[in-house]
Amino acid sequence: MKPFHYLRPTTVKDAINALASAPNARFIAGGTNLIDLMKRGLVAPEKLVDINSLPLKKIEQKAGFVRIGALALNSSVADHTIIAAKHPLLAQALKAGASGQLRNMATMGGNLLQRTRCPYFYDTAFPCNKRNPGSGCSALEGINRLHAIFGFSEKTGPPTCIAVNPSDLNVALSALDATVVVQNTQGERRIPFADFHRLPGDRPDRDTTLEAGELIVAVDIPDAPFARNVHYFKVRDRASYAFGLVSVAAALDLDNNRIKTARLALGGVAHKPWRLFEAEKMLVGQPVSETAFRQAAEVAMRDAKAFEHNAYKLKLAPNSIRQALTLAAGIS
Amino acid sequence: MKDKNEIDATGPRRDGDHHQEDRRLFLKQSLAMTGLTLTPFSFFNAEPDSYSVLAGNADRVDLSLTINGVKRRLSVDPRTTLLDLVREQLGLTGTKKGCDLGQCGACTVHVDGQRVLSCLSFAVMQQGRKITTIEGLSNGASLHPMQEAFIKHDGFQCGYCTPGQLMSAVSCIREGHANSEAEIREYMSGNLCRCGAYPNIVKAILAVKTSGQSV
Repeated sequence: MKPFHYLRPTTVKDAINALASAPNARFIAGGTNLIDLMKRGLVAPEKLVDINSLPLKKIEQKAGFVRIGALALNSSVADHTIIAAKHPLLAQALKAGASGQLRNMATMGGNLLQRTRCPYFYDTAFPCNKRNPGSGCSALEGINRLHAIFGFSEKTGPPTCIAVNPSDLNVALSALDATVVVQNTQGERRIPFADFHRLPGDRPDRDTTLEAGELIVAVDIPDAPFARNVHYFKVRDRASYAFGLVSVAAALDLDNNRIKTARLALGGVAHKPWRLFEAEKMLVGQPVSETAFRQAAEVAMRDAKAFEHNAYKLKLAPNSIRQALTLAAGIS
Repeated sequence: MKDKNEIDATGPRRDGDHHQEDRRLFLKQSLAMTGLTLTPFSFFNAEPDSYSVLAGNADRVDLSLTINGVKRRLSVDPRTTLLDLVREQLGLTGTKKGCDLGQCGACTVHVDGQRVLSCLSFAVMQQGRKITTIEGLSNGASLHPMQEAFIKHDGFQCGYCTPGQLMSAVSCIREGHANSEAEIREYMSGNLCRCGAYPNIVKAILAVKTSGQSV
């Protein structure tokens, strides 16, 4: 690992200033992904700014939304009374991710920024457009069992990157229409969750729209009637402690068995959390039924396209959508 | 005479340990030499940042923390993980290095009472914190109830993952997630065991939980 300067500022202003003057500096919070990347030499900051002393750990109910500080630990958020009462979908997603130890380290802001687990991104013996733009995508012709079925473009040639976003939290936050609050030297910027993560396009090296030197300070989740009928459904290679092959965040607002509002997002299928707007629209006004859920799953899968080793996702994803909706509606 | 805060690289010596410790010392010295050779010269001349609260340059950073109840004042290379600090610098080799990538749980320790992976945290990030390793779990010669339970229920075979399993098992009960076999399996899933001692590990944890003993 390359040597780095270590700083521990105590104010947000100092932290942002520490990065503003150094292009190759990084913030570190939980470190659960960054230290891994540094050990493998994929990231080599000259300066590491430890933000754990910043006052960004609070979880509070505000007028019309819940604000979660960027440094709130995944375990604190998952077990918090406000989250359990108002956003159980978020708690379920967090508990489906990682392990007890990692959830005690990983922070809210860091989870948003974790890098893909595409093996070709980590293995420097292979070309990778995300790691080394322009070098090519090894997954296209490689073992692409874990890879995307949505969101890559073939308009101007082969897809640049078919890696998927690994976070469970992101899938739930996408369904809950969260807002990411970031701070830079100019002030505060609010990024709707749908615009926070990117599709690969011609810049697969960029996972998010966060600009250099910006610091995530909070995530806001608007109040919504999703305290009861929610389910985070995750399919993995083993029963626990594995990244999702496919996951679904489902939230329903029901009125006498009729769907007033629906939220659906998929994980493990694209470069960003994959919100299913069309399927949501289709569900509104329908009675809770297997037929409605099947139709929603069909609509959701319309643009899906598989590669050599991940065709199973074309079946696993719609089945998971139906299962998540069924469990959310409580009719299993 | 040694200051009580001074780092003791070798720890207490016992007959028969010499070979093992000489090997560790040799490895450490070799690694240190390699580090010197590879470290870019410019880092030794780098300007400190004026706004930094605790500016460390790339050489060493001062660090105070409590390990198993003992306050330590140390000086560490910022690249040192908490795992390497306890094993290599403090000689507490009970905590194991399995994958060193946060995937196996062998390096689990408690920081301020919470279980974490020591391989995925830099030691310098632990300023002022209280660390408990497996060496701090027992009360002198008397074993912790979880250690007794692992022996009684045969919760290990080769033993390499056991320190991590024990630290995690204690947290599993403290966190209130040891109420059934299924719950224990879920909340212990971050600790892998290649020997496959899982059924007996679960039994041991459930036994401690059911006994109502303080952990």
